[in-house]
Amino acid sequence: MIQTDWIWGLVGGLMIGTAAAIYLLGNGRIMGASGIIGGLVDRSGLNTWAERIVFLAALVVVPALMLPLYNVEVSTNITTNLGLVVAGGLLVGIGTRLANGCTSGHGVCGISRFSLRGMVATVFYLLAGGITMVLFRHVLGVI
Amino acid sequence: MQRLVISALSGGLFGAGLLVSGMTDTTKVQGWLDVFGAWDPTLAFVLGGAILPMLVAWHLTTKRAVSLVGEPFPSKPDPRLGHNLVIGSVLFGAGWGLVGLCPGPAIASLSWGGTGGIVFILAMIGGMLAAPPIRVQVDRLAAI
Repeated sequence: MIQTDWIWGLVGGLMIGTAAAIYLLGNGRIMGASGIIGGLVDRSGLNTWAERIVFLAALVVVPALMLPLYNVEVSTNITTNLGLVVAGGLLVGIGTRLANGCTSGHGVCGISRFSLRGMVATVFYLLAGGITMVLFRHVLGVI
Repeated sequence: MQRLVISALSGGLFGAGLLVSGMTDTTKVQGWLDVFGAWDPTLAFVLGGAILPMLVAWHLTTKRAVSLVGEPFPSKPDPRLGHNLVIGSVLFGAGWGLVGLCPGPAIASLSWGGTGGIVFILAMIGGMLAAPPIRVQVDRLAAI
């Protein structure tokens, strides 16, 4: 039995991949969210600041404009435990910069070109995420 | 100008796709990572769906000399793995599991993510600022 969520996942995934294809074939660049943000944060990508800002602005504005299309309240369902939120944010920030990529860069763009680095990164962040769920949900019960 | 239009199209479609796919819902992401709990396979459809257009796109880069704006395409992927790739991915995966947000969806959900979403983005930026000195220390330890 195929669930509605899976179909929306596939449709959304095709949109994400098409966005990455537009960025690659148009600008000649890999669409990696952590790289686009990180290049502004640590100033390593200031020579392409305008396209980074425009990309991020559209990334915020377009989904915001789509919210009225939903007849249910859209929520990220993020934890109210701000200590966890800070710890998670720090780990994501440090980790994606050390690894030079996240789900979009290593996952989507890397795997699709059979990049060994992309595939290895994806294996390790999925494993770490899975172990985190075991530890923090099933052992400690905090998430 | 053309570069900016392409960036806006790509960023907008990326954001729309993240919302539609469920990637901005932390319960779906944690459900996917929670293999030993109530496992939610939705993210496999998201990643699979996202890879398909990119398989075509990477193939097209071999047929053309340069991109639409005249920039060269990315060079061949670096075959070297290195400790930073592994350590960084493990840290990223742990943070992704703890909260259920990765960088793209964190930004995409800025308008409705509330205080928690903003705190996450600020902490992520702090982590990105801390990364270069941490990398120096990691490299030093790895050289021992």
